[in-house]
Amino acid sequence: MYIEIENAGKAFFQNGREFTAFTDVSLSIEKGEFICLLGPSGCGKSTLLNAMAGFAPVTSGSIKIDGKEVKEPSVKNVTIFQNYGLLPWRTVQKNVELGLESQKIPKDERRKIADKYIEMVGLSDFKKSHPRQLSGGMQQRVSIARALAVNPDIIFMDEPFGALDAITRMKLQDDILSISRKEKKTIILVTHDIEEAVFLADRIVIMTANPGKIKNILTVPLRSHRERTAGDFLQVRDKVFELFNMKHEENIEYII
Amino acid sequence: MKKLLSIKNIIISLLLLLGVWQFIYTLTDFSDALFPSPLQAFGALAEMVSNGILFTHIGASMYRFAVGYVSSVIIAVLLGLVLGRLPKVFQYINPAVQLLRPISPMAWMPFIVLWFGIGNIPAIVIIFISAFFPVLLSTVSAVNSIDPIYMKVSKSFGIKQPQIMWKVIFPAVFPQIANSIHLALGTAWVFLVAGEMTGTQSGLGYLVIDARNNLRADILFADIIVIGLIGLILDSLLKTAEKQILKAWGGAD
Ligand SMILES: Nc1ncnc2c1ncn2[C@@H]1O[C@H](COP(=O)(O)OP(=O)(O)O)[C@@H](O)[C@H]1O
Ligand SMILES: [Mg+2]
Repeated sequence: MYIEIENAGKAFFQNGREFTAFTDVSLSIEKGEFICLLGPSGCGKSTLLNAMAGFAPVTSGSIKIDGKEVKEPSVKNVTIFQNYGLLPWRTVQKNVELGLESQKIPKDERRKIADKYIEMVGLSDFKKSHPRQLSGGMQQRVSIARALAVNPDIIFMDEPFGALDAITRMKLQDDILSISRKEKKTIILVTHDIEEAVFLADRIVIMTANPGKIKNILTVPLRSHRERTAGDFLQVRDKVFELFNMKHEENIEYII
Repeated sequence: MKKLLSIKNIIISLLLLLGVWQFIYTLTDFSDALFPSPLQAFGALAEMVSNGILFTHIGASMYRFAVGYVSSVIIAVLLGLVLGRLPKVFQYINPAVQLLRPISPMAWMPFIVLWFGIGNIPAIVIIFISAFFPVLLSTVSAVNSIDPIYMKVSKSFGIKQPQIMWKVIFPAVFPQIANSIHLALGTAWVFLVAGEMTGTQSGLGYLVIDARNNLRADILFADIIVIGLIGLILDSLLKTAEKQILKAWGGAD
């Protein structure tokens, strides 16, 4: 297995008290899988993602990537954040080149690579713009291009589309899905949006809170081309609703 | 258009000031040796311009100011960047800084003259001290409140020290410290004149003392006008530079 999480747990100590963010998490992920961590807020999704990305290691159990215990962030993996994490003083072009600079790649080469990914996310006309001049959706595209530019093995995303309006969000979901098929990256995405998880994931890891743990792992039986309104899509979505006990069978009046 | 308007405002404001000055001059009956009219002061100014004395003094002052202010800002920012990343160290330094900060730089003057003699150094040291603490403290606090996402992004992309300092931390905090660098310019200029009133034989501050000793109130007033004007020009130059830099930063917050 590529990513191996065994009995992992994370406790925080605050004012002499112990708080368990998540516990007993075991999960194996294969190379090239698209995994969504889905659950209500506070169930430890971000904490688990941060542990996998090496920002804050687990306090019990273990997380191994490629056989090696995760202790600190690796340049092989990148993280995309909800609030983009772009450097406002750099242009789009320079932001995308950021990760390439520490890899000792010559200037011309950096430019070429950056151009390629800026084009992939459809921002070629905005290379010279600063992040503040772009909409939220465009900023997140820049951060996706920046992540892809370093050719990472794994991309971690923490509610990457959470701050966007519904239509922009769907557009970006379409894009990330097609990019993930094309680039064949392993992607771990945190979300609390059920439709997003069903639309994107190969497998959905359903988490619950107090304490955070895995409730279910659902393999999404859909093909790479997905339609949000298709019957099979809605079936899977219903299944997830059921797993969260959020489907009310009783007298609900539907007015359509 | 906006620029023209603000120039108009400046001219009206300065004329008003001259008017008040002339008004007080005509209303009171101090002797001209004690309170000169604007005309007499401008006469003295013209005199100092034509014999070149003024430019010698301005040159001496600007040299001290540039050396003192620039070195102070550079050292304060560098130290602030490092201390901001070392809160465990700074907690032992901060109380001492808080103790030293409220002391007027002028209080050190006797020591400075004893240690460094007279000449350029005393004024430079005074300017250095006056700009140092505000810039240091604002840099430390800006680094402390830096958005943690910048550090995460740096780690994620393998940016290490010292690159992280000049590639990420400094640019991230710059908009916040720019303001204190700007304010420190005004403070430093105020203390330049004070610093030159003892320990030197040249400069706009020395000219104040020299004019007093020679009972030349007109020169004193002319000097005061020059001090004010240069302070104003320096301030607006820095304001323009600040705007340009912040624009390159992708716009201010
Ligand atoms: N650094 C921290 N110190 C203490 N508690 C934390 C810390 N980070 C997260 N937590 C707590 O852990 C729980 C899970 O947080 P998080 O992983 O952010 O949840 P999610 O991303 O699923 O909304 C929350 O109750 C949160 O308050
Ligand atoms: Mg979260």
